[in-house]
Amino acid sequence: MEATVVRTGTEGKTWGGGNEPLKASYGKMMMWFFILSDALTFSGFLAAYGFSRFKFIDSWPIADEVFNHFPFLHGVDAPMYYVALMTFILIFSSVTMVLAVDAGHHMKKGKVTIYMFLTIIGGAIFVGSQAWEWKNFISGEYGAVTTNGGNILQFVDSDGERVALSDIAVPIAGDRVEHESNTGIWFDAGEDLPTYSLDEIKAGFIQNEGLLIRTQKLTEDGKKTILSREESLMKLNNDANGTVEGANLTHNEYGAPLFADFFFFITGFHGFHVLSGVIINIIIFFNVIIGTYDRRGSYEMVEKVGLYWHFVDLVWVFVFTFFYLV
Amino acid sequence: MAHDTTHSNGSATRRIWIVFAILSVVTIVEVILGIIKPVFLTDTFLLGMRLLNWIFIILTIYKAYYIAWAFMHLEHETKGLRRAIVWTAIFLISYLIFILLTEGGYIYDVYKNGHTAWDF
Repeated sequence: MEATVVRTGTEGKTWGGGNEPLKASYGKMMMWFFILSDALTFSGFLAAYGFSRFKFIDSWPIADEVFNHFPFLHGVDAPMYYVALMTFILIFSSVTMVLAVDAGHHMKKGKVTIYMFLTIIGGAIFVGSQAWEWKNFISGEYGAVTTNGGNILQFVDSDGERVALSDIAVPIAGDRVEHESNTGIWFDAGEDLPTYSLDEIKAGFIQNEGLLIRTQKLTEDGKKTILSREESLMKLNNDANGTVEGANLTHNEYGAPLFADFFFFITGFHGFHVLSGVIINIIIFFNVIIGTYDRRGSYEMVEKVGLYWHFVDLVWVFVFTFFYLV
Repeated sequence: MAHDTTHSNGSATRRIWIVFAILSVVTIVEVILGIIKPVFLTDTFLLGMRLLNWIFIILTIYKAYYIAWAFMHLEHETKGLRRAIVWTAIFLISYLIFILLTEGGYIYDVYKNGHTAWDF
């Protein structure tokens, strides 16, 4: 980093600058303090997640049921396999990053270039995977019915297997149609119509004797409560007020909307860190190629972005545990 | 940068691969435990939490230790820098977690036992 140090003419004096009291350069130490503060931000989010979860400890969604998709395995229940794969990809990109740093210590430009490139690829795959996870989460799988109390009712058959709204609904003609801008002169805004109306679901539910309702409440052994047929009918007739498919910030077919809020916010914030990490890595990658650090005589810049990259991995280890495992 | 002369290329690279192996094995163990969820681990409670969840958290901290020490080179930094980073984080985060989880548990009790109906 000699190239960027401003000479003050007071070198050698205690307060003259250029001191390294912790034997770390200024840039590296500031990167560490940035990481520390960023770690506190993430712990704030994760602790808030824990707070909300403790608040709804007996009705929180079960992650295994929410995140059970794997590419090209359609309809197969694959809990956590994909997120485990994502974790591996990120850990491996951390390994290539630390190998790049190590090669930098030995001033091997070629090796630094290759390892930086692999790190960037790993990061890009990870961000893409996260986008795919979001897509699955947003579009949902089975759908559910919402209640007046803001809860979710899901449907299962007599074996306890989930049943999708599309398999229940009986089409009813003459229902409300969506109000669109081309049908009204004074069109301002129209409410989106759900794919299936509550009446269609109710009609289908009454027809199919085998269907039962599953509430959000968790039983002693951590499963969702399944109501009897009579309770189910009563619940559906008295409490239900609409249908929901997928999840956004206010509605969530998997359970508490807070779960979706935290999922979007925490994985989104982390994904943004990965994205910015990839961009920073790309910048450094090109600097390595054009020989900036070779001329500078030190690859410490690679080490500094490496710290950031490992931090992103470190955070993911915790997000993985608290969102998918615990 | 203090350590680049003390390590030959071979030993540093070897350490990286060993740490990668450890992280991979721990992740695989976590995923397997998460999928099969052994009954004796989910039915045993320790300090109000299932034993399985404690195992997940401890394994996570174990992984975090290796990432910070080996990958982020904390093991080669001076004690002062290491402590400034690690102890600050551990103190503030434990404090925050304790406060928020206690409060979350309290609100759960209020929802459950209070006189106001929340699900109507």
